[in-house]
Order: sequence, then structure tokens, then C-alpha cells
Amino acid sequence: MSTPLVQFSGITKSYFGVEVLKNISFTLPAGSMTGLVGENGAGKSTLMNILGGNVAVDSGSILLNGKTFVPSTPQESAEHGIAFIHQELNLFPNLTIAENLFLTRFPRATGSPFIDRQTIHRRTSELLAEIGLDVSPQRLVETLSAGERQLVEIAKALSMDARLIIFDEPTTSLSIRETDRLFALISRLRERKLTMIYISHALTDVLRLCDRIVVLRDGEIAGSGRADEFTTERLVTLMVGRTMNQLFPTRSGKPTNQTLLEVSGLTQPDVLRNISFTLKRGEVLGLSGLMGAGRTELARILFGLDPCASGTVALEGKSLNRLSPRQLIQRGFAFLTENRRSEGLCMDASVADNLALTTLTEHGRTTVRWLSNESGRKAMQRIRGVVRLDPKASDNQAVRTLSGGNQQKVVLGKWLLIRPRVFILDEPTRGIDVGAKYEIYRLIYELADQGAGIFVISSEMEELMGLCDRILVMKAGELVDELPREEFDRERILRGALGGTVFQERSS
Amino acid sequence: MKRLTKPLLQFAPLLLFIGVLLFFGCQSPRFLEVRNLINIIVQASSTGIVAIGMTFVLLTAGVDLSVGAIMFVAAAVAGKLAVSGRSMFLILPVMVSVGLCVGAFNAFFITRLRVVAFIVTLATLFIGRGLGLRITETRAMNLPDSFLMIGSFRWLSVPLPAWILAGLLLIAHLILTRTPFGRQIFAVGADAEMARKAGVRTKTILAGVYLVSGVCAAIAAMVSLGQLGAVSPKFGEQKEFAAIAAAVLGGTSLFGGRGNVFPGTLLGALLIQSIENGLVVMNANPYIYPMATSAVIFTAVVMESLRNRVRRSSAAVL
Repeated sequence: MSTPLVQFSGITKSYFGVEVLKNISFTLPAGSMTGLVGENGAGKSTLMNILGGNVAVDSGSILLNGKTFVPSTPQESAEHGIAFIHQELNLFPNLTIAENLFLTRFPRATGSPFIDRQTIHRRTSELLAEIGLDVSPQRLVETLSAGERQLVEIAKALSMDARLIIFDEPTTSLSIRETDRLFALISRLRERKLTMIYISHALTDVLRLCDRIVVLRDGEIAGSGRADEFTTERLVTLMVGRTMNQLFPTRSGKPTNQTLLEVSGLTQPDVLRNISFTLKRGEVLGLSGLMGAGRTELARILFGLDPCASGTVALEGKSLNRLSPRQLIQRGFAFLTENRRSEGLCMDASVADNLALTTLTEHGRTTVRWLSNESGRKAMQRIRGVVRLDPKASDNQAVRTLSGGNQQKVVLGKWLLIRPRVFILDEPTRGIDVGAKYEIYRLIYELADQGAGIFVISSEMEELMGLCDRILVMKAGELVDELPREEFDRERILRGALGGTVFQERSS
Repeated sequence: MKRLTKPLLQFAPLLLFIGVLLFFGCQSPRFLEVRNLINIIVQASSTGIVAIGMTFVLLTAGVDLSVGAIMFVAAAVAGKLAVSGRSMFLILPVMVSVGLCVGAFNAFFITRLRVVAFIVTLATLFIGRGLGLRITETRAMNLPDSFLMIGSFRWLSVPLPAWILAGLLLIAHLILTRTPFGRQIFAVGADAEMARKAGVRTKTILAGVYLVSGVCAAIAAMVSLGQLGAVSPKFGEQKEFAAIAAAVLGGTSLFGGRGNVFPGTLLGALLIQSIENGLVVMNANPYIYPMATSAVIFTAVVMESLRNRVRRSSAAVL
């Protein structure tokens, strides 16, 4: 047998002391198409980021064509013939197709400062013909549909003589027709003996397209082999099969039957379709779904950040429609965003300033609202104790210098100060060590026991299953399943989130 | 509605320009005479030339506030040299060098030390104006008649400033649309990080646009000197705002990646100048001028934000 194109051996990587890849070893035979599947956070992206030169390994090595390969920049990886076809495309919308393809290596007629347009248009036409896209090379990329742009990306990869093309969830924004066109192209590329990696949650697509499959779970290889050894059911089992080892605090209280928040028929074209649910007083409600299912979008709409075409939201029977985040905060809404660095905190401001943000006006004195440091400081000291912020972190320290867990506690503290009645938490424990996670779960329970409604979005299934009283499952902007605690079932949730792609064959 | 808004905004500079011409044409028949129209072009030429350089900078999502100060320093140096009897053939290259030096200063701080362009060029603005005042000792300086030739020399009965503007427009247009440098400017303006990852030498591109802007400002100073025949302490003052307004009126985005010098920036510069010219022809109260000009700049900014909104909503449809 010839040398494999890529050989991963013993790849290990951790973030914040958490191992996200543990001793990963497998090979990509030249000319093969390998499917890479796993739950959100299983380590697929990290592995591909290593190959793409965005992330450095802690230990282990990659052999490319038998030679050690340590890409340190995306360019280096590209120069070695590795091309990524991403969800978010890397094309310049304000340039033409031809200009995008030749941006860094425009040919020029000898002695002329000008781009040889004829040549790039001719060569672009050839490449476009090869991928079966019948448009002018002079079309601006912004006038193309998502599917067409993706084909242009592939043409770009081909024009750079790519040896390995990595498709990362290529079909999520494509129509069925565009998907079929993409698959037809992929088959043609296979005939040309290009090596490819196909990452997708659409398991039937993976089974249909690939010759080999690698299943990742918790940063380890849960299974690998020839594609015909797998079925969708077996893949799902391999993806989720794991014992619960997360520690959760014991829950003393119980959800009540009093409806706190009532959401009905929320619809926003292309984002949400007819979302209805209720949140009870004292309940911890989980929301599961794949990336791009619309979970964060739902949270943003509930918090008044994004518009919504139709549907109603009511807090204890009073309509909240069209209220601004500011007005919602006054009514007891809190929203811990999924990205604390860019949305949750002012990174360069102090701990004290960040904590004070939501409650500044409460500490006003007299009619001019002169800020009273005294009452503010008292509240702050109290909340530091409640969230158990590291006592070593001083009030005047910039939040940037804290650990991820302590940063998240500052965000939580900021919201707890307003005594929230509806608390939306989007990925509350992302990038946080186990100890801090426990603390955050404890705070969530305390708040629920005081009668607040908690709405938790998470990509970590065992977090939702360990934490919540009830779980909603979302897929492509719709709620597809609802499970009370007694019925929690990892496979059922995953099946709902993957939806039609697992058990309903695509009509083709 | 949306189908109508988009082309309307796209051709807004042209429509506005035609509207202004018609308005002043109705007010005073003298306004539309060929001689007056040529006059408008000649008067618009220095602003137009600065705006060409500004368009390069804006296309990368930057801004160059120092162009007026560059004009002043270049003119002050020229005045000093001319008064001491140096020839034009020495003075003109020296002026271009002044533009290049200040441009390089801006580029160094922006690309090497990663200071925001707004701050760097604001600092250069004050440094430049201070330096210019120092050189001229805050006195107005009259230049020899040879300089007035630049303003008054005619070829095919069109004055030289208009030819310089036309020549620079042609060169700038070709650079932006036909050269790798030009196309990479658009890529950097669309997404600098993505361009860097794609292998574009973003720092070289950024440095390049500030050099272009500096040189354009220096050439604009020559044209202005030729027309005014003197350097006053107010020389080139607030030219940066006229230039930004001209570029933005012509459809160049403040967020980078979109715009052109021809016809865009040219139309923008002509538009601003025709309003001023029209008010003069109408014998309007001179106190109205700044208000009229700022109304135009305001229109430009509103149009820019409308264009962005339309673009964003049509992108969302995809």
C-alpha cells in the first residue's frame, strides 16, 4: 500500500486544563474520503484547526505524505495543499469570482502593471466548468447564492492544487438542489483521486459519501472503520455512549406549577418557526440542539435584542412584545450570553465596574442620581460572596486577568444583582473547569429555588441532563421534542436534534 | 420598493448632481454656461485630487485626516524655497516628497505600531499645521508669478488644474480596477483579517494607500498654490472634510471595500463645488455657504448608512 496522505499520531490538546483531544491517531489514505462525526464539542473542530494551522498541538505529530507537518499559520497549511470549505465562506463579496481565485497571484502581461484579465477570466471559466457552475467569471461574489459561493470555494481549492479538501458542515445552508449539485461534484472529485474529509451531522450523507468514518467522542476516537460497517443507529450510539461522570449539586427545591413565562408562536422568517413553550416558576428548562438550530437566536429574541415577525411572549400574563432589553431588565430578565469576552464583559474594566453595570441607577442618591459608592460597594461585596468569586481577585483588577471561571462568575454576579426572575443562560459553562462549573450549577439551583425561571442553552448534553427539570429540543428553528426529567434519553435528544437526517432518508 | 431603492441609491450621486445643476440653472442662466461649468471643474480640482487619495484610504476602511495639513506643509515649504529664489523644477519634487514623508509617517504608526488611523492622522494634522505655521512664521507668503502659471495655463482652452485632475483620475481609476495592488485594496477593505489569511500583504497595502493619499495632497497643494498665488495660515484647512464628503457622496463606503474614483469621487467633488459656485452665481448670503456645504455632507452620510442598510437586508435574503 502507498503511504497515506495524512497520518495523525497521538494528537493531544487541552484548553484551560481540559483535554479536548486525547491521543488521537488515524490515517487518511491518499484518494480516500473520510467522514468525521461526533457531538458538538467532541473535538472535531479542534482537530481540523490543528491541521489548518490555527491551533498548535500539545503533543503528537502529523505526517503529510510521510513527512512531519507542523503548520503554524493557515497560509502554511494552504501552501501544503490543504483546503477548507467552511460554513462561513472565505470569499470577498465585493470582488469578482476571478479576482477571488487569483487575489494573491494575479498574472500580468510582461512589462505591464495591469492584471492580465483575459488570462484570469479564461482560467476561471475553465475551473468553473470543471465544478459545473455556469456563471461569468466577472460576476461579483455577493450576487451568488450560498451554494454557488461554496462551489466557487471549491474552484479556489482546485486552482491552488489542493491535495486535501476538508468539508466542514457544507450542506447546512444549502437547498436540496444545491446539496445534490455539491454531492455530484464531490463524486467527480473522488474520481480524480482527491483526498477529502467530510464533517457533518447529516449522518446519512456521511454514510453515502464516505469510504471511511471516524467517530469522535469527548476527544477520543469512539470508533472508526470502513463506511459500510456503520449504520446511522450505530453512529449515534458511538457518538453518545458514555457514562455520566459530571458532578451536579443536589437539587433541594422543585419546579412549581405557576407559569412564569409563556411563549407562543414565535416566528421569524429563516430563523424561528412557531416556537411555543412555557417556563414555570422555579424551573430549570434546558434547550438542546445543534449549532445553527436557532437556540441563540431564540434567546436573543426573548431578550429583545433581535426582531421577531410574529408570536407573543408574556410574563405572568402581561405581554412583553416589542420591549427593549432595557425594559426587559427592569422586569427582571437577565441574559448570560454565549460569548462572555465580547458580549458579557468589558474586559478591560475592573471587576467592580463590571458588577455594577446592571444596577448603576439603583445606587443613585438624590434626584440627580449621583452615584453613591457606599451602597454600591455593599451590594458588590455581598454578591462576591454569593458567587464565591476568588477572594484574591481585587475589585479594581481588570476582568481580562481573571480565569474563565471567575470571569463567568462576574457575569453571573452582575445579573444576580438585579434579582432576575427570568434568567437566560447561553452556554454558561463553556471553557470553564469542572470546579467552577459546579459552582455555577449551584447558583442556578439557588436562583430557581427562590422562584426564578431558568432557561439554559447548552451544547453539552450531560450538562442539560444533569441540570434541568425539562429539556426542549430544537432543530432548524423549530421545537421538535420536549422531555420531562423522567424521560431524559440521550439518544432521543440527539435523534430529535439531528432530525430528518438520521431516520428519514433525503429524497434523492 | 426595495427594487427601486437600490438603484436609486446607487445612482444617487449622479441624480443629486443633475438635480443641483437644474436647480441652479433655473435660478440663473449664467450657471449653466460652458465657461461657468469649466470654472466649476477648475475650482473643484484641488478638492477632487485630495479626494482621490482619500478614496484609496477609505477603501481600506481607514481615514486620513492629515491631508489638509500635508497641503499646508507642502505649500509652506514651497513658499519658503520660492522666496529664496529656487526654481519650480526643484520645488515641485520637494512638495511631492513632503507628501510622501507625511504619508510614510502615518503608514508607520498605522501598520507597525497598529495605532488607529483616525488617531494617527489626527495627530499628524496638528503636527503638520504647527509645522506649517512655524515655517511660514504665521505670515501669508506671496509666490512668484511662475506658480500662477499652474493655475492659468490653458491647453485646448481648458486650464491646467482640470487636466491634472483628469490625469490623476485616469491613473487612480486604472490602479484601482486593473492592478493587483488596487484589487487587494478592495480585499483588505472588505475584511483585513480574511485578506491576511488569504496571503495578501495587508501592511504593504495599508502603507501604500497612505502614501498615495500624501502624494495626492501634495499635488493638490500645487494646484491650489497655482490658483491662489499665496500661502496663508488657513491654506488647506478643513480640506480633509471636503475630501471625505466628496468620496462618500460619490459612493465610497466609510466601512471599506466599496467605492470608486471614477465616476464616484469626481461626481462628489463636482457636486460640492457646484453648490458653492451656484450660491455665488445666485448672489446668496455668504453665511449660507457653510450651512449648504454641511447639509451636503450630512446628505452624504445619510446616503451611506442607507446604502449599508439596503446591502445588509439584501445579503440576509441570501
